[in-house]
Formats: sequence, C-alpha cells, structure tokens
Amino acid sequence: MLDKALSGSKRYWTWIFILLAVIGVAFLTYLKQFNEGLGISGMSRDVSWGLYIGQFTFLVGVAASAVMLVIPYYLHDFKKFGKIVILGEFLAISAVIMCVLFIFVDMGQPMRITNVILYPTLNSVMFWDSVVLMGYLVLNLVIGWTTLGAERKGVKPPQWVKPLIYLSVPWAVSIHTVTAFLYAGVPGRHFWLTAVMAPRFLASAFAGGPALLILLALLVRKFTKFDPGTEPIQALAKIVTYAMFANVFLLGMEFFTAFYSNIPGHMHPFHYLYAGVDGHNKLVPLMWVSSIFAITSLALLVFPGIRKNEKILAFACAILFISLWIDKGFGLVIGGFVPNMFEGITEYWPTLPEAIITSGVWAIGLLVLTVLYKVAISVRETA
Amino acid sequence: MSINRRQFLKLVGVSTVAGIGGTAVFNGLRNSGLEAAQTSPDPRSLNGKRWGFVVDVSKLKSDEDYKKCIDACHSIHNVPDMSGLPEEIRIRQEVKWIWKDNFERTFPTAPEAEYQNSELKEKNFFLFCNHCAQPACVRVCPTKATFKRKDGIVMQDMHRCIGCRFCMAACPYGARSFNWRDPRGKDDNGQPFIKEENKEFPTRMIGVVEKCTLCYERLAIGKIPACVEVSGGAIVFGDLEDPNSEVRKILAEKYTIRRKPELGTQPSIYYVIGGGEHAG
Repeated sequence: MLDKALSGSKRYWTWIFILLAVIGVAFLTYLKQFNEGLGISGMSRDVSWGLYIGQFTFLVGVAASAVMLVIPYYLHDFKKFGKIVILGEFLAISAVIMCVLFIFVDMGQPMRITNVILYPTLNSVMFWDSVVLMGYLVLNLVIGWTTLGAERKGVKPPQWVKPLIYLSVPWAVSIHTVTAFLYAGVPGRHFWLTAVMAPRFLASAFAGGPALLILLALLVRKFTKFDPGTEPIQALAKIVTYAMFANVFLLGMEFFTAFYSNIPGHMHPFHYLYAGVDGHNKLVPLMWVSSIFAITSLALLVFPGIRKNEKILAFACAILFISLWIDKGFGLVIGGFVPNMFEGITEYWPTLPEAIITSGVWAIGLLVLTVLYKVAISVRETA
Repeated sequence: MSINRRQFLKLVGVSTVAGIGGTAVFNGLRNSGLEAAQTSPDPRSLNGKRWGFVVDVSKLKSDEDYKKCIDACHSIHNVPDMSGLPEEIRIRQEVKWIWKDNFERTFPTAPEAEYQNSELKEKNFFLFCNHCAQPACVRVCPTKATFKRKDGIVMQDMHRCIGCRFCMAACPYGARSFNWRDPRGKDDNGQPFIKEENKEFPTRMIGVVEKCTLCYERLAIGKIPACVEVSGGAIVFGDLEDPNSEVRKILAEKYTIRRKPELGTQPSIYYVIGGGEHAG
C-alpha cells in the first residue's frame, strides 16, 4: 500500500520537500549537539529537562487520544467513526515516533539507548514507559495497516485483529499513566507530586488529541476528495469539550490544594509560573496565554450552536491545542524544576539549536503522518 | 503443512525480530547479577555496612578551610573546573561533588529560619551526595547505572549511563551533575577544565551524570575520604551501623539534623547544629 505515497500532486510533493528541508537543517543541528553536548541547549543542572521532554510528554497524550475513536467505534458500535478511526490510529503512530525521537535527542549518550533493554530495570518507570510506548506503536501499526489493507480489498478485517483492538484500549490509557508516573513518583518536586497527575494527563490528552484530529479532518476535507463527514467531527467536538472541562477542573484542584493549604513548597511553582518570583518571570506570559486560550476555547465549545459552525470549531480547537501544548509541553516540566532543590531560581528558556531540533522532530512526525494519511486517503478515494 | 512464499517471509521476519529482542533480554537478565567490585579486596580496605558523615561546620573558621576540602576532592577526582566560563554559564553547567551553601539553602524545609540566630543563618554548610539508604536516584535509573553498594555508597557506572537525567529529576538534594559539555575539553580561553589530571582516577565523558562517590577508591586501599582527611575534624567519617564508630558517638551526644528527612530517603549525612563553644 505504501506505493500510494509515491504518487501525488505537485502540492503534495512541495509539502514533502519543505518537511525534508526542515529535517535536514535539524539533523545538522543535532550533529552539533551530538558533538558538543547538551550544553548547547538551555537546560542546566537545576532545570535538567526542558523542551524535549516536555514535547515527549505532550505527544504521548496525542498518541493515547486515538482511544477516543477506538472506544466509540469498536466498543459501542458508533458507526460514524468508521471513516476516521484510521486517521486516529495513524496519528498515534506518528505521535509515538516523535515521542521516541524526543527521548533520543534528549539523551546525553544516545548511542547507549539499547542499555534500557540490555539491563531491564523493573523498578524504573522509564523502563516501563519505553515498554508500553513500543508496544503501543506496534499495536497501532498492526491494527491500522491490517484494517486499511482489508478495506482496500473490500473485505472485513481478519478476526485476529479484534483482540488487538480491544487490547489497544487499556494500552492507550497505560502509556499516559506510566508517563505521568515519571513525574508523580519522584520525591521533593512539589509541582509533580500529585495524585491527579495521571488523571489530568489523560483528560488533557483526550482534549488535545481529538482537537488536533478535528483540525486534521478539516484539512483532509479541504485538500483531498475524501470527506471525513460532518457528524464524526461534531461527535469529536463533544469529546473535546467534556475532556477539556475535566482537565481545567483538575488544574483547579491543583490550585486549591496548593493555595488553601498555604504550604510554601506547593505554592512556589504556581507563583513562579503564573506571577513570577523576584523578577524571574520568563514563563508568565506563556502560562497566561495558555489559561486565556483554555477558557476561550471552552466558552466557544460548550454551546452546541456555536461549535456547529466549523470555522469557529476549528478556531476553538486550534487555541485549545496551543493552550495544552504550552501547559503540558512546557509549563509542566519547568514548573517541577523551578524553584530548584534549594528554593532558588534558575530559569530556563530553549536555545535556537534546541528549537531547531524540536521543529525537526515535529517535521519527521508530520512527514510520517502525511505519508500514512496519503495512503489511507488514496485507498478511500479509489474505493 | 504447506505455506506459500508470502507466509514464509512473514514468519522469518517475525522470528528475526523476536530473536534479536529475546536474546537481548535474556543476556540482560544474566548480566544483571554483576556488580562493580574487585575480585579480591585489598587487605587494607575499610569495610562498613553504611558509610556516612557527620558534618560540624563550627570547626571551619575561614573560607580557606572550606576551599581546602573542596579542592582536595575535586582535584583527585578530575572534577572539571569551569570557573573560566562566563558566570551565567558556569552556574548552569558546572560539575561539583562537594560545595558550600548557607543554612536556608542547605535546609530549605528545616523548621523555622525566620528569627534564627544570625550565626547559624550566615554559616556555610558542606553539601554533597547524601548516600541515602533509600535513594530515589537508584529507584528511577532505567539502566542500573546508578546503584547502591553493600556498604551504603551510592555511585554510578559512567559507561552504562545513557544520560537521561531521570536521577537528577529524582534527587531531592541537587547532588547530581551532568556533563553538559566535554569535561576533558577547554573553555573559551583555551584553558582545560581539568588543570592537572590525576591519572589514578578516570576522567568522564560528555553526556553522563556524576557525583560524590564517598571516595570508594580510597576506602578500597584503607584511606579515609579526601575531604575528611583535610577537614580538621569538620567532616567525620564512619559506619553508621556500627554503634562504636566515631560518627555514632557524635550522633549520641550532639543535636544533628539531616537534609529533607521528611522525604524518607534516609540520608547518611548528618549535620551538627549549634555546636562549637555554645553547645550545651
């Protein structure tokens, strides 16, 4: 089926080459980082994870969100998702690949990555995270490819794929839960030491992932002959709305616990992120953009009459996605490191090479997504 | 059973992948019993069940006294000296195994510092790895590169570390340093970070995490840790599990605290508080 990705319009190839160009520049930048070390990033001994790990965390959520299509379609026989469930599965594949790459570019000794398998360490959450992520990648590859292949031939998917589909549901929950445990299980970092970390990760994932999927579905309709349909998009919009409310609610819980208890260690990261401490306020504008975008998107999404307008829906989904990207792909990680272990402040801001490498990984993800969607849509267009 | 070409290729593909992965896992399981230790210990070696320090900074009078301890450690362990870098970069990327800081920053969660006597407030303390009995860094390391020895020393295998820095996120004491740049390299003025290399101790490479190893290499030949040796009694070394050790005697007599005890990591470094001439 992959051959379908090799024939496309001029616009298709232009897009592919733009992505390849970004990847090329990022690859050269990565070589610089490989030679000179992670010192070329904005990270430090106090803020030892930054944009890379933030993006990884955020994208695990995007990957997990495919389950929001799989559950209605396969468990509740919600037929309308039949057309777009493959878009969700392929988005998951692209997101997991980006996750793996973000881990890779964050490593000090990337050539030793196989040590995680060579010395399996059952007490390390990171070991389990790599296990569940690789498993999820394989599951989605097998499921997506098999069901699409069957569709191309106009037959039903083979029976053996059903148990895998059911397995992919708890598996999707597991990837984001285990990723939350990376943070929620370490002592001494108040911002992360919270039992609602995993629930909040899931809520934000089930809002952000489907929001991206709505945008992708609208793009697919605009640029191809394949129409994902109005009803599935509206059904997704409903899922986004509920999940985003759950996410904002859980964030509110964090604020209440920190500020009503009045425990300094719990309040400090929130002070730093949303108000700044002693003139250190690099993240304040971003966090407020995130908050305003979150509330605006909810205001637009909550009324069915408004979200029926696809232009407004697209806008709401875009700002919701940006809001969560800031909150989870940036604020969450940095808030755990600032203030540092001595209640001092070392700020973090990504450097240019770091930003270029980050966009390179996104470009690889988009390339994978484009190729997979091209295959899926070509199958649909000829069917 | 007959299979066609397509099925055969599928089967070969799957078994190859399973084979590579499977062998790796079993090799890993087999190797995991190994520990970094000498095959036959030196008869002079110091042996303990849980090595620890008691730090009494009332014995330190001047900045020079602090510097002596820090230099003793950093010079023999080839810890890169990044003082040649611009200050902004140095504080973010420096490597340190032992350093000093004030009460407030050493014990940020200690009971009430607001109206504390100024002597205690201004006094500098030594900070290093706490060699915790329940080390968070060991718990999170995905490759067992960081491990706890039977004598309580928490240390790391520089050749296994993948540089994921999960241990740095997990350590509540900021004790871990990452090699953000090549420690064997030079600063912008062409000055090497390691001024005089000690050939007896390995230098590290870029992209791995390091910290105080309680001078395991000195204990192995019967010497006490380097910082202890030159501290003039400010750092006392001994086995916390041995009731007759010097550290236990001090702990029985004086009021001591540990850094962030509420986190349950069980640090092996104790600090004498209100010692010196004023002690009761």
